[in-house]
Amino acid sequence: MAKITYITHDNQKYEVEVQNGLTVMEGAVQNDIPGIDADCGGGMACATCHVYVKEDWFNKIPKKEDGEEDMLDMAFEPKTNSRLSCQIVVSDEIDGLEVNIPSKQA
Amino acid sequence: MIKTDALIIGAGPTGLFTAHQLKLIGLNCEVVDNLDKIGGQCIELYPDKPIYDIPAVPECTGEELTNNLINQLKPFDIKFHLNERVEEVKKENENWLVKTNNGTSFSTPNVIIAGGVGSFEPRKFSPKECEKFENKSLFYSVKDKKIFKGKNVSIFGGGDSALDWAVELSKECSVNLIHRRDEFRGAQATIDKVHQLVKDGKINLYTQYQMASVKGNSNLESIDIKHDNNEIKNLKTDYVLGFFGLIMQLGPIANWGLNIDKKTIEVDTEKFETNQKGIYAVGDICNYPGKLKLILSGFHEGALAARACFKLARPNEKYRFEFTTTSTNLLKRLGKKE
Repeated sequence: MAKITYITHDNQKYEVEVQNGLTVMEGAVQNDIPGIDADCGGGMACATCHVYVKEDWFNKIPKKEDGEEDMLDMAFEPKTNSRLSCQIVVSDEIDGLEVNIPSKQA
Repeated sequence: MIKTDALIIGAGPTGLFTAHQLKLIGLNCEVVDNLDKIGGQCIELYPDKPIYDIPAVPECTGEELTNNLINQLKPFDIKFHLNERVEEVKKENENWLVKTNNGTSFSTPNVIIAGGVGSFEPRKFSPKECEKFENKSLFYSVKDKKIFKGKNVSIFGGGDSALDWAVELSKECSVNLIHRRDEFRGAQATIDKVHQLVKDGKINLYTQYQMASVKGNSNLESIDIKHDNNEIKNLKTDYVLGFFGLIMQLGPIANWGLNIDKKTIEVDTEKFETNQKGIYAVGDICNYPGKLKLILSGFHEGALAARACFKLARPNEKYRFEFTTTSTNLLKRLGKKE
């Protein structure tokens, strides 16, 4: 179980407990957090679950695998701290993670 | 006006197999798709990626799957309307009147939406003012490359479309290629060619830059691009091309009076019918308790929706369940028996 904070572009904070093994994307979808579309359902094929991860956390969470950076080319306003939330798996180690949701996904 | 027993919206794997099922049970059907080719997400998103969970097909790519489905439709005569998007679906007497953006219209008792997550649209630049120049000096695809001759063209993106056009247009234009990172995801041979052209001074390459703003009144004059370190560069440019891939948009489907939740359409699991009689949804776009977004689920959903269509298309006949192994009727339709 990890506590994850989702912050929308207009600064609404959503703090939810997400089960280990789910992804940060699934945590958002299951809790009806606005701004994460996840069109492809977690297949790394759409870049509509794009989030920004604060620097300190960005370096702590598991690194991007092949393909994620390619997909981020297509995300809306990607930055150096962009991630696809479907590729961040929840575990005790990421308890306290904060992610920022962009103003839109496409 | 085209009259048909069933109209399928979407030519992805689910739409194709649904067409197979309709024709097999003796109904006719037509298929409309917004893309210029058959195959849907399989062809657009992962033509070369292997798929491992199609029953009895241990491994096949999106393209192979599509070709096999097209082959399976060979015995049948099915009209495909590609490059057309369904705009309007409305009730007219007992039938549905369906219109596309090209002006094609259909009258049918059955509409099967096999639309994936909607229709594919190009992903656009984020600055709002880009819209002003869209289709005048800012494009997301190239229709006529002659207009760029001798001009300054700024190309954004890091995939094959951006790289191919940078190479092609560098022959007759001054090309800026702008990408958000140093790595490209195109074919290696094209990437090598681009780097050679950069060395030869034929392409100006700006990496770790993204579009910041476009400048100009009636005509586009220049663009500002912004580096990851926030430094801004102004580039004089006549044309801008953006290649950020495609995104799926639900589009007009949202206006047809269907129960939609999180971009998916609610259906029952007997007929895969929506809240509107005679409109069905199958594949990724439908939603019901336990829904799995797998291609195999789409096949099952299409098979059941096809049987439901029979009732409305042939109200005075009784549908009889038959196997392709033994039914003379089905074998005739398949062209395996005289």
